[in-house]
Amino acid sequence: MSKVNPTDRRYTKEHEWVIDNGDGTVTIGITDHAQELLTDIVFVELPEIGKQVKQMEAVAVVESVKSVSDVYSPVTGEVIEANQKLEQSPELINHDPYGKGWIAKLKMEQPEELQALLDASAYEAFIAAEEH
Amino acid sequence: MNKTPLYNRHVALGARIIDFGGWAMPVQYTNVIEEHLTTRSAAGLFDICHMGEIDVKGKGAFDFLQHVLSRNIDGQKIGQMKLSVLATEEGGIMDDLTVYLLGENHYRLVTNASTKDRDYAWLLQVKDEKGFLRVEITDETDVIGKLDLQGPRSEDILQQIVPADLHSLKYYHFIETKVLNIPALVSRSGYTGEDGFEIYAPHDRIGEIWDRLLQAGVDYGLKPIGLGARDTLRLESGMMLHGNDMDETTTPYEVVYGWIVNLGKDFIGKDALSKQFSEGVKRKLVGFTMWERGIARHGYKVFKDGTEVGIVTSGTHSPTLEKAIGLAFVPVELSKPGTTFDIQIRNHFAAAQVVSLPFYKKEKQYVFFNTFI
Repeated sequence: MSKVNPTDRRYTKEHEWVIDNGDGTVTIGITDHAQELLTDIVFVELPEIGKQVKQMEAVAVVESVKSVSDVYSPVTGEVIEANQKLEQSPELINHDPYGKGWIAKLKMEQPEELQALLDASAYEAFIAAEEH
Repeated sequence: MNKTPLYNRHVALGARIIDFGGWAMPVQYTNVIEEHLTTRSAAGLFDICHMGEIDVKGKGAFDFLQHVLSRNIDGQKIGQMKLSVLATEEGGIMDDLTVYLLGENHYRLVTNASTKDRDYAWLLQVKDEKGFLRVEITDETDVIGKLDLQGPRSEDILQQIVPADLHSLKYYHFIETKVLNIPALVSRSGYTGEDGFEIYAPHDRIGEIWDRLLQAGVDYGLKPIGLGARDTLRLESGMMLHGNDMDETTTPYEVVYGWIVNLGKDFIGKDALSKQFSEGVKRKLVGFTMWERGIARHGYKVFKDGTEVGIVTSGTHSPTLEKAIGLAFVPVELSKPGTTFDIQIRNHFAAAQVVSLPFYKKEKQYVFFNTFI
């Protein structure tokens, strides 16, 4: 059932993705695997513009009917945009986790952090290992 | 962890299993919202084998139960069930349970799963201490299986495999009948705010009934439903969950259980409750809806004008109403519908407003809330 994890981005072991926009900024979101585990997402708490976060610090919160989960920032930087559509339609994360369900954009402070993150195949291997 | 007789079926159906008070239970099969809406619009089948059944029978059973239950069970008829509180000496809620009168001096108490052992030990202790020597108290939990069939199509589905006429079965009444030729007790009751039935049958045969019901319900949209939706269904209907919204430190008058306390008879906890009744309670459990964005959850703090005044006991996203709802303890002066307060959600505050319960009410033949059941 799982969608293919796109190879144009990097992944964290906390099930976030990050894509390099090529202009010093990145877009982040949660993975298909994460939305599948959470199921029906009914609320997203978005970060404020200008918020400074360190790598793997909580930057947003996603809630399903039953659970509350932090979303960790894959990189250190400053939030420059948040996906306001999620306020009205949090289910976009379930329907399109890698596209319309993006959560925020950040200006990177340490672009080298990206290199240390998982690529799609390493992330898939990680999920497979986690399930056993 | 304890497993119900249906555990393997849940796994085969792809359910996500969680630890619920020491029981391995399905929390969801597909997703909570879908299962919730299925129960409201069609019907849902729930594995409730984890709940406790304690039989109390023999000479003196009536007097014994009058002594331990807050509710006056005088006048209860065979075939009738009643909701009651098992109170501590201090008037705290040890458990909220249903009492079935099976025959003269033969009662069945249906308890919460997490409180059953405590209830059972307490009943035995009171029996010994108060000299109810001829009362026989037995824990039947391991031999009785329980299914809840809930939702507007429940009667149509169950009637296919029950010879007795279900349509004439009234709310909070039961019959001893056969389901698929298996001896069973069927009551018209439940924990969802919908019409429906609680079905009790021998533990080792409950799987056959489960399978047959799912089959009989295909054309009616019946689906198996997990504990996740059970929780949202009960909360929308303004029903409390023991261990979440109440426990031994809360009294029936502080929650919405004043109506099942009868101060006109003697029972354990009566003195404390009489005192509280005449003095009035200081805090009350109220229903609220969120005004501002956010979902309040169990344990979140309630503030009024910057001062901490209460605590959220249940909170979720309501699938039917599509908004955030919850229950909270607040000072009595803040308990009137329309009153507003703030709830701390992580590092900010969001406004909420007291509303009358239930949040959701079925506009059909049965009235489920605060009726005389």
